[in-house]
Amino acid sequence: MSSLEIKNLHVSTGDKEIVKGVTLTINTGEIHAVMGPNGTGKSTMAKAIAGHPDYIITEGDVLIDGKSILEKESDERAREGIFLAFQYPSEIPGVSIANFLRAAIQARMAEGEEIDASAYYKRLYQKMDLLKIDRKFTARAVNEGFSGGEKKRSEILQMAMLEPRFALMDETDSGLDIDALRIVSDGVNSLRGPNLGILLITHYQRLLSYIVPDHVHVMIDGRIVKSGDKSLALELEARGYDWVKHEFANA
Amino acid sequence: MASSGPVSAPVADLVGAFTPAVFARHINANSTAHAWWLERKRAAYARFESLPMPSRTDEAWRFSTLAGVALGGYAPSPEGAAAATPPALAVESAATLSFVNGRLSGSSPVSADLAKRGVVVSTLSDALARHPGLLREHFMAQPQKLGSAKFAALHEAFIQDGAFIHVPRGVEVDKPIVVVHGASGAGAAVFPHTLVIAEDNSRVTVVDHFVSEGESRQFACGANDLYAGHGARITYAAAQCWSFETLSLQFNSTVVRRDARVQSLNLHLGGRQARHESLSQLQAPGGFSEMLALTIAAGSREYDQRTLQIHQAPNTKSDLLYKNALLDKSRTIFSGLIVVDPDAQKTDAYQSNRNLMLSDDAESNSLPGLEIQANDVRCTHGATSSRIDPEQEFYLKSRGIPPKAADELLIFGFFEEVLSRLESEALHDALRTLIRTRIQS
Repeated sequence: MSSLEIKNLHVSTGDKEIVKGVTLTINTGEIHAVMGPNGTGKSTMAKAIAGHPDYIITEGDVLIDGKSILEKESDERAREGIFLAFQYPSEIPGVSIANFLRAAIQARMAEGEEIDASAYYKRLYQKMDLLKIDRKFTARAVNEGFSGGEKKRSEILQMAMLEPRFALMDETDSGLDIDALRIVSDGVNSLRGPNLGILLITHYQRLLSYIVPDHVHVMIDGRIVKSGDKSLALELEARGYDWVKHEFANA
Repeated sequence: MASSGPVSAPVADLVGAFTPAVFARHINANSTAHAWWLERKRAAYARFESLPMPSRTDEAWRFSTLAGVALGGYAPSPEGAAAATPPALAVESAATLSFVNGRLSGSSPVSADLAKRGVVVSTLSDALARHPGLLREHFMAQPQKLGSAKFAALHEAFIQDGAFIHVPRGVEVDKPIVVVHGASGAGAAVFPHTLVIAEDNSRVTVVDHFVSEGESRQFACGANDLYAGHGARITYAAAQCWSFETLSLQFNSTVVRRDARVQSLNLHLGGRQARHESLSQLQAPGGFSEMLALTIAAGSREYDQRTLQIHQAPNTKSDLLYKNALLDKSRTIFSGLIVVDPDAQKTDAYQSNRNLMLSDDAESNSLPGLEIQANDVRCTHGATSSRIDPEQEFYLKSRGIPPKAADELLIFGFFEEVLSRLESEALHDALRTLIRTRIQS
């Protein structure tokens, strides 16, 4: 078992502090949902953990199995097992999905070691079938001209191929219709297992009826103000965020 | 009194290592050649000697680093010490010719069938004996309009040998003909040449591959002439992989006759300073010239590309797309001109230079131009320079792809638009492999 420890994390962009001291431990095998209204720092936290250069960690630490990853570049963190599923994935013109994933897998191999192309494609097609992605998709440039649903499925496909230890899924449900949401959720559920820890960022309960979390955290104004099990999500759905904000203000 | 007016340059600066004595030795060593050939060489040398070196005020050399084109310290075409045949491109070919320092070092002939149908893949010196008429008609027969008349004259004066490709009327050669031009030895000056004559309704693909043995300082002064007769189709690819210490000057001339089509792709992957001049003349209705180039500029290298698309007849088409990927402290210069003659109505001309900036310290210069004398034409030109979006970069890194591999991926992504225009998948793959090897070196 591995663990991703977020310890008293403070993150700023520009001069503004967005994340104001989050402490959270995710073990492989667990799914943690982080919920909260827009603009409370959920995405900022995920991007900072993945090493985005615009998000500055001013205090605290992030550790994998007790070792800090903050000195590492974002590509090194990815090879350590962090995967960020983007809310708005970038387009990479001219680079096919197949070549993109190949480069990512090659980067995880020892120097001098080469990808077995036929095994690679076999595995790629298997995962694509699972996510109901047309095989012609592999020749298309990464995210270029993709619909919202295709972009999200492509993120899950990458996650399936790269087999991270910890996936940070940033608003994976946004922009998806109900069918796409079901396909994406099925994909995530199929990856669920003892070797993967997931941090699921969302502001709707809807996703959590498809991907059932082990733990639910509520983030407001850069802090986790309440944690509980999946029933907390249902309570939020019924009562909104205001009661938590209120409770927090009175604390 | 301080002198101010123009001062004539000392002769040494004008001719560098290519002195009259050196030229006399070259002529002596080739004294058995055709008299016409030697006469041309003498005339060319006289032109070389008299023409000035490019100066700061030459519009054709604007932005170029003139100090880099100095001609001192080279020895014209020494015999290749090892004379090893350079590695050929990994593509199945119809025939090959390999030269080291301008001397034939190896070849594989065309099939008996193609030979029977009159296809000739030989050296220029062979062609001098057997096809003097064709050589007279097509060898460096077009004007030098892009600034290097002096260096083209140097090329003609010192050329040792080169490739001669002649495809008779109606004959189609499916696989590419591959010509390897090697340079060997420190200080070697080489004058590679490829002449392609595709007669009416013929079809041929020719690949020029320029390679240095080792990483020594060399001077390559090369030319290629492409002639596409009525309805002919030429696909030409050149992979410039000289050493990163080499000064490379290369002149291309393309003549497109009625309903003919020429597609040329120049890959600039080597050299310390490399200048490429490309002239396309659309001489008869229905002619189409597609001019493509891809450059990887890294280190402190300079790539200087000058192009001219001349539409001399109505209903002609030209389409130029030059893409440069710039890294480190490299520089590129693109200067392109479309000229439409008064009676070349219905011309369709396009010119685009795109630069991908992978470094803040790199510099791209674009000088697109139009000179239109007809009134019913469609001409478009443009130049763009774009940086890698930091979000794209983060996206690649977030997948574990290290910066160097990310650059490689982005360069290939950027180049794909051009590479995918090649009809032959085998050639496409071979060039991709070559580009990858050069990026990783």
